[in-house]
Amino acid sequence: MFELEARAEPSRLMSWLSPLLAVMLMLGGGVLVFWALGKDPVEGFRVFFLNPLKDFYSLSELLLKATPLMLCAIGLAIGFRANVWNIGAEGQFMLGAAAATGVALYFDGSDSSLLLPVMIVAGALGGAAWAAIPALLRTRFNANEILVSLMLVYVAQLFVSWLVFGPWKDPDGFNFPQTRMFGDAALMPALLEGTRLHYGFLLAIAVLIAGHAFMNRSFAGFRMRVAGAAPDAARYAGFSAARMIWVGLLLGGAAAGMAGMAEVAGPMGQLTDKVGSGYGFAAIIVAFVGRLNAFGIFLASLLMALLYIGGEQAQQYLNLPSSISMVFQGMLLFFLLGADVFINYRLRLRRRAPRSH
Amino acid sequence: MSQRSVPSAASAPPALHHAGPDPGAPPRLQLKGISKVYPTVVANDRVDLAVRPGEIRAILGENGAGKSTLMKIIYGVTHASAGQMLWEGREVQVANPAHARRLGIGMVFQHFSLFETLSVVENVALALPGRPALGELAQRISEVSERYGLPIDPRRHVHALSVGERQRVEIIRCLLQNPRLLIMDEPTSVLTPQAVKKLFETLRQLAAEGCSILYISHKLDEIQALCHTATVLRGGKLSGECIPAEETPQSMARLMIGKELPHCEHSAAQAGGEVRLSLAGLSHASLTPFGTDLKDIHLDVRAGEIVGIAGVSGNGQQELLRVISGEETLAEKFPVHICGVEAGSLRPGARRRLGLTFVPEERLGRGAVPDLSLTDNALLTAARGQQLVTGGFVRFGRARAFAERCIAAFNVKCGGPGAAAKSLSGGNLQKFIVGREILQAPRLFVCAQPTWGVDVGAAAFIRQSIIDLRDRGCAVLVISEELDELFEICDRIAVIAKGRLSPSRPAGETSVEDIGVWMSGLWPGSALMQAATPAYAEPLDV
Ligand SMILES: Nc1ncnc2c1ncn2[C@@H]1O[C@H](COP(=O)(O)OP(=O)(O)OP(=O)(O)O)[C@@H](O)[C@H]1O
Ligand SMILES: [Mg+2]
Repeated sequence: MFELEARAEPSRLMSWLSPLLAVMLMLGGGVLVFWALGKDPVEGFRVFFLNPLKDFYSLSELLLKATPLMLCAIGLAIGFRANVWNIGAEGQFMLGAAAATGVALYFDGSDSSLLLPVMIVAGALGGAAWAAIPALLRTRFNANEILVSLMLVYVAQLFVSWLVFGPWKDPDGFNFPQTRMFGDAALMPALLEGTRLHYGFLLAIAVLIAGHAFMNRSFAGFRMRVAGAAPDAARYAGFSAARMIWVGLLLGGAAAGMAGMAEVAGPMGQLTDKVGSGYGFAAIIVAFVGRLNAFGIFLASLLMALLYIGGEQAQQYLNLPSSISMVFQGMLLFFLLGADVFINYRLRLRRRAPRSH
Repeated sequence: MSQRSVPSAASAPPALHHAGPDPGAPPRLQLKGISKVYPTVVANDRVDLAVRPGEIRAILGENGAGKSTLMKIIYGVTHASAGQMLWEGREVQVANPAHARRLGIGMVFQHFSLFETLSVVENVALALPGRPALGELAQRISEVSERYGLPIDPRRHVHALSVGERQRVEIIRCLLQNPRLLIMDEPTSVLTPQAVKKLFETLRQLAAEGCSILYISHKLDEIQALCHTATVLRGGKLSGECIPAEETPQSMARLMIGKELPHCEHSAAQAGGEVRLSLAGLSHASLTPFGTDLKDIHLDVRAGEIVGIAGVSGNGQQELLRVISGEETLAEKFPVHICGVEAGSLRPGARRRLGLTFVPEERLGRGAVPDLSLTDNALLTAARGQQLVTGGFVRFGRARAFAERCIAAFNVKCGGPGAAAKSLSGGNLQKFIVGREILQAPRLFVCAQPTWGVDVGAAAFIRQSIIDLRDRGCAVLVISEELDELFEICDRIAVIAKGRLSPSRPAGETSVEDIGVWMSGLWPGSALMQAATPAYAEPLDV
């Protein structure tokens, strides 16, 4: 009945409509999921999607959740635009968190106002250092960065576990796998009185703006765009492919590392073995739903934060497992990839092909 | 077109024109009032066209006249905004190229439509219905390629082929489909004279068997040799029809551009300029499988002269250009000198800083990024030389101004500096790239196929620009398969064959015949001459 017909040119409009379409389909799919689990779909929808938006405090929680997503996603987008596929932001996030924690513990008791900036830098360096491994292996040995960065996530997880079960374990912590709580000077100050929203959100906005400027205004960002769009043209112009890989991975790692720092110095206040809560993976979805564009990423991270909080709400009020939010994330990415087909193709009614003899 | 009267390999005995189509036969394809409107331009404006069985019809027009657009509409790549298309008397709406192929329409594109990561035989298989066995198909490809004088190895990967070889693949792929309407969009722009000759024999035979052919070319002598009828487009509109055999190239050019052809001024080269490019015993193993290794190449190009390198595509031109441009670097510095500096291991950016600019043979995807605007594409190579970047940030105002200069100076027809490179017609993009590289005032200018796909008026203009550049003291190296062109602009000519370079000869002291023989690797003192083994290409028989 229907057939896909190639468009003469990719549709700009569709590239922005496609995320919206994916969101609609995800909502529709969500209703089906609630119904299949024997919950009232209307109630499920209200709890999952409206509760997180119902008051001032809920909104501040939404921004809080969106903060690490924004940071990770903008860093990833820079690499993705140049076809550098860093899948391991989750690991870079954990290493950033660990590095920032190291600084906080070393200067425990200090009340210097320099402590937070130093932790931010340490977080960025920690994340970048972790991302440097796939960059090095890729440029030296042509090892696929997708696999290497992904596998390093599990190494990072084990490394953090070792820290909190071993040398950094809180001596007064009843043997829980966690460090001491940070001192006040090592904690992000609250942004709004009475909420958990902290200065990390402003950091994320600043990084978004910087990322936008880098991608669209700087010559380095231009080179990355060329490398992604036409590798032969990049070689012809003399843009070094190895440099793109380094820049893409290091910036992505640094942003993820900062997100990890903002997490331990923000809502967590300490390092635990649960520090990685999937932000690094969710950020991949955020980057694509946001069309690898700073403003799009801002909106997409709010959406993704909504899914996280909605999942918690569903757990609390509907007795559903919190992994329901993973289901929604999965549906979102799935529908987005599907809807993206319409950027390059249009759907049309099949006419009977004229017979040829 | 050319000052020297160079005999063209494409000329055919006039008797052939009698074997035209039956004028009473109903048209195989008829277009009525076809229009195509793009946001910035009306590419086709109420165009009528008819082609009968057995007819070879030329489509003529300047760059951007709308020829490719019209062909893409017939082949279902784009869709007309208005108008009607009749196929064998019945109205059809061609949904896509697969539909067109089912109808019996085949097309050879101006910009190649091959999958780079696949081999030749796989590419051909994709265009055929069903699932042909690759081994058998490879056999058939070899047969067809031999029969039509389009040598190609079916196992090679497309990304490793030169543009000339890719064009052969496109043509062979089309011929294997036994089309009843064959559309050829500038199929000969990078073929050698002998390949063109064989292709024409093939096309005449196909026409005699009743196939209709739509043929686009900017080479008016070819049109005269091959086509029964011609349709002329100007600015998207039908501007006239003619019988090429009854016209002269000058009169057809007038129909196309509405004025007389410009004429190239070529004074003698200044002697004794400093050496700007020197290759001293350059040897380099090709990085691609089935590529050509460069062997012991010696060449000097001096300020104030134009040196041309002739040769059949696939004899090492690509590899040589990459080594000169720095896209492939050597382990050692000494074999390549650019403006007096040992540059063998320098990367492209560093070589540009020494004063090199370079026009590659592929315009889309290498010389320009298809999806980016002309402003961004100006930035691609002119960022340093034109100070388009300060403190790491792009000065878009300046980049735009430079793009506008290229557009104005080289008369590029486009929707302005914001237009995407891929929205330009082939010839206009070529003009833009050549303009971008020449306007950077290079000390050494290297150019592959300078007028590939450019209309006669613009080709004369580009050649004149290259000559003017030489007269301003630049050293110029041109690599082209068009002998006419090389003889028109070059002061010295050398030949590349099987990765070896012949000694150069002053253009005035040699002839197309000599160069044709040299193109098979047989020049005085050549390794092949001593070994007396047959080379890749046969000698040119003119
Ligand atoms: N996708 C597009 N979007 C906008 N404009 C386009 C697009 N494709 C073609 N054009 C414009 O349509 C006009 C006709 O282009 P076309 O490619 O048909 O020219 P042509 O006659 O084949 O020229 P050439 O000899 O240079 O190949 C040009 O002005 C071109 O810029
Ligand atoms: Mg064209």
